[in-house]
Amino acid sequence: MADQRKSCLTGKGVTKEFGFGRTKTVAVDNVDFDFKEGEVISIVGESGSGKTTLAKMLLGLISVTKGDIYFQGEPRDISSQRKRRTYWTQIQAIFQDPFASYNIFNKIDSVLLDCIKMRGGARLPYEQKVEMMTEACSFVNLKFAELTNKYPFELSGGQQQRLMIARIFLLKPKVLIADEPTSMIDACSRATILDMLMSLRNEVGMTPIFITHDIGLAYYVSDTVYIMEKGKFVESGSADDVILRPQQPYTKRLINDVPKIYEEWDLSTV
Amino acid sequence: MKYTIQQIFQSGKFITGFSIFMTILLIVIIYPLVIPDPPLKIIAQGTFFEPGIYVNVYDSINTPFYTLNLDEAADRRIANRLGDEDRQAIKEWLVGNGMPEAEIDPANTEQLLDQWFNNFDPTVRLPGMTNADRNYYIRLNNNIQGLLNTSGAVIAELDEETAVLTEKATVPQSAYVNVNDVPNVRVLPLGTDNFGRDVLTELVRATGVSLQIGLVAGSIATLIGLVLGLVSGYIGGFVDDTIMFVTNLFTVIPSFVLLILISFSISQEQRGATTIAVVIGFTSWVWTARAVRSQVISLRNRDHVNLSKLSGHSITHIIVRDILPYIASYVVMALILQISSGILAEAGLSILGLGPKTTDVPTLGLMMNWAMIYQAHILGKWWAYFPIIITIALIAFSMNLMNTGLDQVFNPALRD
Ligand SMILES: Nc1ncnc2c1ncn2[C@@H]1O[C@H](COP(=O)(O)OP(=O)(O)OP(=O)(O)O)[C@@H](O)[C@H]1O
Ligand SMILES: [Mg+2]
Repeated sequence: MADQRKSCLTGKGVTKEFGFGRTKTVAVDNVDFDFKEGEVISIVGESGSGKTTLAKMLLGLISVTKGDIYFQGEPRDISSQRKRRTYWTQIQAIFQDPFASYNIFNKIDSVLLDCIKMRGGARLPYEQKVEMMTEACSFVNLKFAELTNKYPFELSGGQQQRLMIARIFLLKPKVLIADEPTSMIDACSRATILDMLMSLRNEVGMTPIFITHDIGLAYYVSDTVYIMEKGKFVESGSADDVILRPQQPYTKRLINDVPKIYEEWDLSTV
Repeated sequence: MKYTIQQIFQSGKFITGFSIFMTILLIVIIYPLVIPDPPLKIIAQGTFFEPGIYVNVYDSINTPFYTLNLDEAADRRIANRLGDEDRQAIKEWLVGNGMPEAEIDPANTEQLLDQWFNNFDPTVRLPGMTNADRNYYIRLNNNIQGLLNTSGAVIAELDEETAVLTEKATVPQSAYVNVNDVPNVRVLPLGTDNFGRDVLTELVRATGVSLQIGLVAGSIATLIGLVLGLVSGYIGGFVDDTIMFVTNLFTVIPSFVLLILISFSISQEQRGATTIAVVIGFTSWVWTARAVRSQVISLRNRDHVNLSKLSGHSITHIIVRDILPYIASYVVMALILQISSGILAEAGLSILGLGPKTTDVPTLGLMMNWAMIYQAHILGKWWAYFPIIITIALIAFSMNLMNTGLDQVFNPALRD
């Protein structure tokens, strides 16, 4: 039976190679995928498996060595600055390290104003812009009045990541790629961030793609899970299938690596 | 930003370098206001006048005298006029006349003259003495007697028609003039150079010109290097390959050789200070370009740049707003280094005789060149080259200090 849901991102034989000759690394190796609209997708793999590289290709931030990427069923065209801009109104990202994600010379206001501009709101009266920014900030439990004229690095890591979500709130993209959005922050803010992302998903109706090395997190949030090993997807399917009935030894290892609170820890594998 | 500037001014090295540099700059600006002489004007007839205060003799005579009876005056006068050779001759005569050598001290004028007057006898003929020697001693004796003369000098006026000298006044030996009364006194703290120009005035102007050359050359080099580095680093691909090809060409040929060749091919008449500065600038951007490029390459894949792309910003916006500020401190440091090496490059060129033309303005390099051609170093005329070396060294030193200071602020890893 053919899947009736619309595709949002599709890849055929997507490959990324860095360098050439003897220094060549194949970061992403001939992967096929079909991300459906409305699903929560997770890409799980250990460090160096090529998750970030794949994410950057999906975002159009780096070129694709081989293969094709389709956006909403159409071949993706990002050949000019104007087309890329249009593409980026529909696909957005949250990066791993909040401290490296902001230009340290720009104030928080300008980060948020850029998003309003991107949505075509450049000419709106300033009061309305402030209203929009205030709304976005309060969505992530921040007070815009306290943030205005401050720099992002003056915030804590969790607050910076929340500001990143406020950005997405303003941009309302179709797809959000979240590259380990919680790996740099403490467990407590982690749950908050994830909850905010999930409620944002309901609010703007976007397709989130979580990239993570934490298979527990993937199980907690996602419908479909892709397991990535050394640049290849080794297993994919619904979260229940993949995580409760793993077929591949790599997947089993990833699952076993998650420390269980009620069992004694085997520190030799950590 | 404000915080960084505060930090910069807390760095001891930077402040030291900055103060030295500012002092030099202030002197360059203020000196011409106080002494507005043209720096290349030849004022002295003759070469290499020693540093000192030059009092006009004619004016001194026409200035009211004051009588000061000072005990040492006569001794000083004699001591000053009795040359080393004469003292040595006196000593030889006395020794030849049978005085123990240990008792004679040629430096002690009073004792020496005492010994001379008590012992000298023109009729005595010492063993081994020629007639010429004897005459020399008689003449020396007369000279010394003349020195001891206490009558004043006569000032006479020449009658144009009859050629008769009429005595106008006598200047007694105890006559003094107050320097403040003499209308023409010229202080030459660094003497004059081989052409008879005031070295200090020339040096101040030369420092100013050299700083300008450094600034122009440094700005051009930094600007070219910055733009090429940014474009080549950020855009990459074919553009990068092309720019790096040119850069590598420039790297393989040492820039100073290139500089010499270019300067050589411009005729002396067309080589103004600005031309030289521009030529220096155009041959020394290579390292800035390389350094900026590698910085940009490490920056262009950072997440804040990615975020800026995702916010729909154009390449220009990203280069100017997301890359440039991150390397700004680095560029400032490169600029300072380029300015100081521009000054040195001009000096090097001028010493080789390929500097700016010599009739316009002095530069530090040209002054070194003149001192060298006229052999100031061999003749021991230190004032014609030593102050210039010191100035060049001070400029380079202060700029390097500022640079190290900045480096410590911008790279916390270097702080001690
Ligand atoms: N710009 C680059 N140049 C060369 N090699 C690269 C580059 N970016 C990534 N790689 C290589 O590609 C491989 C995959 O890297 P990637 O960053 O995608 O891993 P990852 O799965 O995101 O890991 P992590 O969980 O640590 O973030 C690595 O072997 C890395 O060395
Ligand atoms: Mg990664």
